[in-house]
Amino acid sequence: MNIWIEQQRALIDFTLASLARRKARNLGLLAVYTLLVFVLASVALFSHALRHEATRVLADAPEIVLQRMVAGRHDLIPPGYLEKIGRIRGVQKMEGRLWGYYYDPVIKANYTFMAPSAGGIERGTIVIGAALERVRGLAQETGISFRAYSGKLYSFVVADILPHDSELVSADLVLMHEDDFRAFFAFPAGHYTDIALAVANPQEVRNIAAKLADALPDSRPILREEMLRTYASIFSWREGIVLAILSGAILAFVILAWDKAAGLSAEEKREIGILKAIGWETGDVIRMKIWEGVLISLTAFLVGYVAAYLHVFRAGGVLFEPVLKGWAVLYPRFQLAPEIDGLAVATLFFFTVVPYTAAVLVPIWRAATTDPDAVMRS
Amino acid sequence: MIELIEVRKAFNQGKHNEFWALDGINLNIEAHRVTALCGPSGSGKTTLLTLIGCLARPTSGRARFKGEDISGLPERFLTQLRRRSFGFVFQQFNLIRGLSAEENVMLPAAPSGLPQQVVRARAAMLLDRLRLAHRRTARVEWLSGGEQQRVAIARALINDPEVLIADEPTANLDTTLAREFLAILESFAGEGRTVILSSHDPLVIQSAAVHRVINMRDGRIVDDN
Amino acid sequence: MRRLVLPFLALAVVGFAMTCVDAALLRERHAVRIEANHVLAKRLGLTDIALFTEARYTRHPSQADRHAALQDHPLALEHFPTGSLIAPPRHIARHEYLDRTTARAD
Repeated sequence: MNIWIEQQRALIDFTLASLARRKARNLGLLAVYTLLVFVLASVALFSHALRHEATRVLADAPEIVLQRMVAGRHDLIPPGYLEKIGRIRGVQKMEGRLWGYYYDPVIKANYTFMAPSAGGIERGTIVIGAALERVRGLAQETGISFRAYSGKLYSFVVADILPHDSELVSADLVLMHEDDFRAFFAFPAGHYTDIALAVANPQEVRNIAAKLADALPDSRPILREEMLRTYASIFSWREGIVLAILSGAILAFVILAWDKAAGLSAEEKREIGILKAIGWETGDVIRMKIWEGVLISLTAFLVGYVAAYLHVFRAGGVLFEPVLKGWAVLYPRFQLAPEIDGLAVATLFFFTVVPYTAAVLVPIWRAATTDPDAVMRS
Repeated sequence: MIELIEVRKAFNQGKHNEFWALDGINLNIEAHRVTALCGPSGSGKTTLLTLIGCLARPTSGRARFKGEDISGLPERFLTQLRRRSFGFVFQQFNLIRGLSAEENVMLPAAPSGLPQQVVRARAAMLLDRLRLAHRRTARVEWLSGGEQQRVAIARALINDPEVLIADEPTANLDTTLAREFLAILESFAGEGRTVILSSHDPLVIQSAAVHRVINMRDGRIVDDN
Repeated sequence: MRRLVLPFLALAVVGFAMTCVDAALLRERHAVRIEANHVLAKRLGLTDIALFTEARYTRHPSQADRHAALQDHPLALEHFPTGSLIAPPRHIARHEYLDRTTARAD
């Protein structure tokens, strides 16, 4: 055991000494490698944490949301629909929801207006999301006017601001009283945006959805499991503009690494010949090269991963902000809970360490099996 | 100590450019002596050195080292034997560029599993003995030819071998350095090592440090005294 | 400097382990916030997260309108760069059950 350790120490020493000879080149390679791991790991950590967060927070979204379609477009629910649904067995609770979008030309942003069915908001007042507070410079008790689609100006007083911690779900919300909402959007009485249904037995959801579609042929039920699945697949590994952009960089790096690792120069060949002549076994040469591959790729993986972790969970993923923000004016500020997908980390580890080490090894195998007397003959 | 019986060595065997570098060598090399293989280039002295030093196996015939047949040993055992019992000084020195003198000297000991401190101390001792202590951390390509050769000698001795093999050791040295090298060789024989070298340098062959000169031509021994 | 490589690597391993510890601690702290958000989302009946606000199909991807003549969902021709970050809502592709069991197509 001791002998084995001493052997590896000697091999590592030699590996490092030989890497140090092309310090700039190898450090450069290591830096690019680390950066690549950093970006990949950041994407993986961020998207997994976001998926997790979304499915946790939205776990109790309405079991079924019923939309009405008119001429192939989402339309308002007219009066009478709630009564019709009332007759379907298994529906525990239902309520017409009032929500819609408002474009604010002042800051060129979209808000989500909503009249919570639970009420709790005085007429003439609004409760706003924290991003709105920030971007419009609002505070409690300040007033704000919105020009309705009818052209009429409506003024509101900010009664409250939703918790900053909840920006990920509430950044652009403007909550108001039902009467205000109907007046602002000119919603006829009895009309709703859509209907949210609660179902007593979760097993029954699909049956009820089918019954709904039968009873109200112009409606479309959206199930909670579908909503959650939407978020389970959001930013999934294959999607993502980051990865698409990165693929070019990854390819370039693969070529670079392959060239560096696999392209055995005449000098290296000569050195392997010398090592064999002075008593190194083929196995020793290969072990030495494995160390080279492992040291570089492991360092890149560990440093890249730790940096990605700090970036995503301690720095709030600042580098992603410009990408995710897109053209949005309202962007939620949020910190994600570090939910880490072990499998993704293991996959990343595997795909950073193994291919590089293999690329180092393949040509060495050929060189290392040459005859040791080649040195004397040349 | 080393015994060769009817040894032949072919290169490119079976191809159109087949070439017999050694053609029936019978030789017995005694321990604790300096033996020189001498002859023009192409006479087979280097090939013979590779066979003696376990760098290659004969195509036919037998090679014995301390009574043990080594011509049929598998590569692994041959490598171990080479590492433990032989030290090599190559014509071009074959030092690894970019590494320091000390690192080069320590290289053959890496697979042995000896503690690093022990090897480093040994390397320091050898460099000191060869008057290179002050150049220990210098990169080998910054050293002069004579210094490079002394590094190569130190490297050959790091595993404390019984046999030192040197291929054309004086080819790249001037007269003063060559004489110095011969003095070093003599001291090795004095401390009980066997030295085998190849050379066509009259300075070596006529030197008192060399106990036996074997003349070769066309892969055969033509004269032995 | 070369002697620092292995200690550095060891440090990196420790750093890696530290991220696991840090994650566990942070998760605990975030649990309260997530629960509060969960309650808020439940109270308001929220169906989506407010990460992208520039279009209907990115603000409410789960409610995206798949029936519009001019498609209004992430599989449609891009209007905004963020569209490429969001996968199409599953119910676009997975409505077979309802399509099979309803008398009329919607």
